[in-house]
Amino acid sequence: MNDLIQIISIISAALAVGLGAIGPALAEGRAVAAALEAIARQPEAAGTISRTLFVGLAMIETTAIYCLVIALLVLFANPFVS
Amino acid sequence: MIASPLNAAPAFAIGPLTITWPVVTTWAIMAALALASYLATRHLSLRPGRAQAVLELLVTTLDSEITATVPGNPARFRGLIGMLLIFILCANWSTLIPGVEPPTAHLETDAALALVVFVAGIYWGIRLQGVGGWLATFARPSWIMIPLNLVEQITRHFSLMVRLFGNVMSGVFVIGIVGVLAGLLVPIPLMALDLLTGAVQAYIFATLALVFIGSTVSEA
Repeated sequence: MNDLIQIISIISAALAVGLGAIGPALAEGRAVAAALEAIARQPEAAGTISRTLFVGLAMIETTAIYCLVIALLVLFANPFVS
Repeated sequence: MIASPLNAAPAFAIGPLTITWPVVTTWAIMAALALASYLATRHLSLRPGRAQAVLELLVTTLDSEITATVPGNPARFRGLIGMLLIFILCANWSTLIPGVEPPTAHLETDAALALVVFVAGIYWGIRLQGVGGWLATFARPSWIMIPLNLVEQITRHFSLMVRLFGNVMSGVFVIGIVGVLAGLLVPIPLMALDLLTGAVQAYIFATLALVFIGSTVSEA
């Protein structure tokens, strides 16, 4: 029983990180593309745009980090493995 | 077997109190920063020398960043935000010293830093608007938003903690795994990437702390 739970934990941890990275990757790509376009149109606003971009990217990235933390919890602090 | 990144290795014990390595590293960084700032500000003069010029450049840049996010006197937030920025940067880059693990790669340090930001946000909210005014900001734009605003207060600081922890810890973890697989020269590009991540995360933590504290200020 314990072995089965561990196997499922490892698979689910890999799935959580792999699938969880898709959404933030697409979202960050869109955000950077939009910011680059805005900087190309208005180079004088580059400072403000890049500052906002960094904060926004950090926000988006958090979802991927959550997946990573869930994967680590499943691997190292699994409550169902005795 | 890989050691769990959620546990910290104990360094030594004082009576019943176990001191872990992240705490030792944190205190070493604090002592180094305090000594460096004491030495740098010992002989301040109107005609700055090299160290003073660098310091003044740093403070001016920090001030302009603060005024760009929160209008008003930047001196109010200079100490806290500058402390967060420099401490997290030093903590993330302490991995450059062989055998030292950055204290920010452990959840406790990040939780403490996020707690500082949380308390600072409440402090500035109450100081600038009074207790009643600060409580009233939860009912904006309408009273329906009260539960959401309460949850937001908790989750945004929680995400602040998890973001720093996840980024720094994953860097350390990946270098550890690659080091086990191929120890010679292969982890070096990853270490360089880790330095970049560390700098960006320090900047982002400080900026987000400023945004969170500034959101209470700008509502006043």
